[in-house]
This record gives sequence, C-alpha cells and structure tokens, in this order.
Amino acid sequence: MNRLVPILTVVAAIVAIWYVATVGMNAQWARDQAARAGVELSFGEIVADTLAQERPVLPAPHQVAAELWKLTWVEETTGRRGIVKSGTLSNRSLVYHGWLTLSATALGFAIGTGLGFLLAVGIVHNRAMDLSVMPWAIASQTIPILAIAPMIIVVLASVGLTGIVPKAVISAYLSFFPVVVGMVKGLRSPEVAQLDLLRTYSASAAQVFWKLRLPASLPYLFASMKVGIAAALVGAIVGELPVQQGGLGARLLAGSYYGQTAQIWAALFTAAILAALLVGAVGATERAVLRRLGMAQ
Amino acid sequence: MRDTGPPGEPVIEAKDLGLTFDTNDGPVHALTGVNLTIEKGDFVSFIGPSGCGKTTFLRCVAALEHPTSGTLTVNGMSPDDARQRRAYGYVFQAAGLYPWRTIAGNVKLPLEIMGFSKAEQDERVRNVLSLVDLDGFGKKYPWQLSGGMQQRASIARALAFDADILLMDEPFGALDEIVRDRLNEELLKLWARTGKTIGFVTHSIPEAVYLSTKIVVMSPRPGRITDVIDSPLPRDRPLDIRDSAEFIEVAHRVREGLRAGHGYDE
Repeated sequence: MNRLVPILTVVAAIVAIWYVATVGMNAQWARDQAARAGVELSFGEIVADTLAQERPVLPAPHQVAAELWKLTWVEETTGRRGIVKSGTLSNRSLVYHGWLTLSATALGFAIGTGLGFLLAVGIVHNRAMDLSVMPWAIASQTIPILAIAPMIIVVLASVGLTGIVPKAVISAYLSFFPVVVGMVKGLRSPEVAQLDLLRTYSASAAQVFWKLRLPASLPYLFASMKVGIAAALVGAIVGELPVQQGGLGARLLAGSYYGQTAQIWAALFTAAILAALLVGAVGATERAVLRRLGMAQ
Repeated sequence: MRDTGPPGEPVIEAKDLGLTFDTNDGPVHALTGVNLTIEKGDFVSFIGPSGCGKTTFLRCVAALEHPTSGTLTVNGMSPDDARQRRAYGYVFQAAGLYPWRTIAGNVKLPLEIMGFSKAEQDERVRNVLSLVDLDGFGKKYPWQLSGGMQQRASIARALAFDADILLMDEPFGALDEIVRDRLNEELLKLWARTGKTIGFVTHSIPEAVYLSTKIVVMSPRPGRITDVIDSPLPRDRPLDIRDSAEFIEVAHRVREGLRAGHGYDE
C-alpha cells in the first residue's frame, strides 16, 4: 500500500499530462476540418474532437488502451484468424507479434549472457585477453545498432540464416556488453585477504573460481542481466524493423507507414510491458537465488 | 596436556632474513637482518608501529611473500613446502567469512579444498566449532553473528585442518576492548588445550604481554627486530595478571623497546 500510492500518483500525473498534450497537439486538425466545413467550434467541441480522432497526431490514453484491447483479447477471441476460431495466434494481434519479439529476445539474451560470461572469465584469468578484449567490447557498443543491424541481417541471410537467428544475434550484440562489464567487476570483487586465504590452502585457480570468484560475482551478474535483458529487447525490435516479417518492430514501422498512431502506441506499450515483465523475471530469479545462498538478509 | 610433541623444538627459523620491495619511489626495505627462532608451543607476539614489517614477516612464514635474502624454514622446510603440507592456519584482521556460506560451510571451506571426505568434514567442523565455543551456530549465516563471533568462526576455520602453527594478523584489531579481552582469554585457553605454536601480530602492548611467551619488538625504516623479550609470566594466566608487577615490568620493557626503535629523531 505504501508503495502503491506514490506509483499511482505518478501514473495519474502522466495520464493527465498526456490528455492535455493530446488536446494541444490534435487541436489544429480539428480546427482545419471545421474551417473547411465552414463551421465554428467551441472549446468544448474542440476538446471532444481531439480525444476521438481517427488518425490523431497523439492518440489519447483511452484510445491506446482500446487499441491494445482490440489487438489482443478481441482479436484472439472473436477475430477470424484469432486463436479461438483458427487454432493459431492471429498475425494481426499483438500477442502474436509480442511472442515473436519475446522469443528472439530470450534467445539473444541467452547467447549474449553466455558470451559475456565467458569473455569475463577469460578477461579475469588471461592477461592477453584482459589487455585485448575490453577495448573491442567497448568499441562494439559505440557503433549505432541501427547502422549495423541491417548488415547483420544481410550477412546472415546470405548464409541462409533468417527468421529468429539474425534478431537474436542483434539482441546478443547489445546484451553481452553489460554482462562482460558487470562480471569482470564481480569476479574481481573478492578482497586481497580473501584471495590470500585461499592461497594459504594452496587452492587451485579452478577452486578459487568456483568457491570464491563466482559466488562473489552473482550480485553483479544479476544487476548486469537486468540491463542486458532490456537491451536484448531493444535489439530484437531493431532487428525486426528492416525485415517486416512480424514482431513488435515490424508493427511499429507498419503503423508509421500508414499513419496508424494508435497502433504504434499500442505496440510501444506492448514492448514496455514485455520489458517490465522481463526485468521483473530477472529480479525474481535474483531474489530466489540470493535467498537460496543466504545472501539476502 | 598442552604439548603433544617435544617442546622446545624449533618450528620457525629465520636467519638474516631480508625482504625488499621495488617501488616507483625506489626500494623499500620491509625486513632487514631478521634473526628469530620460534619453538614448538611458543606464543610469539610481533609488536611495532605500522611499516615495521611484523605482518610482512608473518606473510613470509605463510609463503604469501618471498624473502629476497637470508633463509627461512618452517618445520625444517621452505615455507612453500610447509604450506603444501598444511603446516599452518592463517587468521586475517577481517574475519573474511563468505556471506553465502553458513558458519559450518565457512569452516568447511579449507576441508573441501584439501579434499577431506564428507563425513570427516562434518566431524571436524563440529569439533572446531565447539573448540571456539560456537556449538549450535553452524547453520547461521555470518551476518547473523556479532563481530567477535565471526572472528571466532574464522579462527575455527584456521584450526579445522589441524595445522600445528596458527598465524594471526591482528585478529582482534577491529573489535572493541571488552570483546577483545574475552577473546584473548579464550585464545589462551585454546592454545593451552591444543598446544599449537602461535604467531600473533598486534598493535596493543597489553595484548602482546598478556598473551605471549615471547614478544618480538620491531621498528620501521628499515623493518627490523629491536628486542626479543622472553616473558617471565607463567603459562596459566588469569585476566587479573595484568595488574601484577611482573606484567607491568614486561609492558614497560616493550614500551621502551618501541620508543628506542621508533626513533623520534628521524
């Protein structure tokens, strides 16, 4: 309850600002239409019009909510191609496109986290990798993903890889970096005294890794994974932009082609909800693992 | 009941030991010309100001640092070999318990690394926890224990694999004086019961005098030994021995040694 009040206050403020902005940004269209028809609109009429336009510059929150509802529940339960009538998810619904994006995100995140983990282990244990890998990892993140994504897609398509793999590769490209940085920091987090202690036991490098470095790095790993999974989602969406074979990215671009702003916003919200769920899932895993290890107090 | 092996046998022998670190500001003489013999069953304290080399000497014995001149033997062999044969347990200033392991899990750590069987691990953990008066705390996590109890657990961890030598680097330095007094008393009992040889680094004169059979007074720049005092106090020491004339006399001699070595004119 104590947490709910501030959250709801912020949401209410955002919705209020949004409504004011909706009226302001859509008023010009309403006035132009009225002038063309040769009528004069009162302020009340303008407000009513701006909140119910078919192709508004900025759709009102209730329009976005209605669009979201229509493209998920209504489409799947009553649509001709919906899951109830056809047995498969409708390719018009955001459930279908959200699932496409989610699966690419999950695959890319798994690849990225695994790669980041391996690179971090290499950097911590191998001096040559320590000196050579990090600058490249940093350089990789300075290249705009929008520029490199189409090239990844083209190169992979030329070797016969299409569909989920190119999107997952772009996801992995974005999500490995926070994991490398966080894990290197985490694996190096044990103090000198802790490493000395293991030396007094004549522990091997593998024992130092499994008994000290890895457990000590877990809090860092989870923090990195929260950043990484959000980046993986962005990567999957960017990977869907140039291909137009489904996914939230494809829906975003299609919406902007046809001036369907409500559709764009509905897809954006689906992406935001997905991101929240994914970060929440990592957080829940983190709490479960750390409690299991006795690290959560 | 204290000594299991022949007492008086040299365990740690340093001859003209020196250690020089090369730094950007030129060489730092952490230790020079250190000659010292520690016998089996001794409780030896190293006292001196920061930079006198007391911790460095202990780290040399533990093969965590390697001397640049002179010879050092532990149980008649090199410190590295002695370590391989589990000659010593080391206790650091910070308890350094793993937060993700229970107290029993922490004590078990060296046993896992050294490859003791599961049954023997449990047996040993039970024994050493009772030795440091932590029976029943095995399932607790470190954060559930006070600082003093954590340090006792770290002593149990150093005792778990039954090394003959216990090296302690300011183990009670971060604790308040009341807890420290109690732990000092308990450490003496533990020493009497186990007959270990103990090397103990401290900043505190009363602590050094109360605990030790031999007090090594050291001074910095270069790190060296200025005095070695064989304590006339009996091995059995109640806390109030600290008010006796003998105690005060030894403490006085330590203080004089520190003052002479410290060189206020430098």
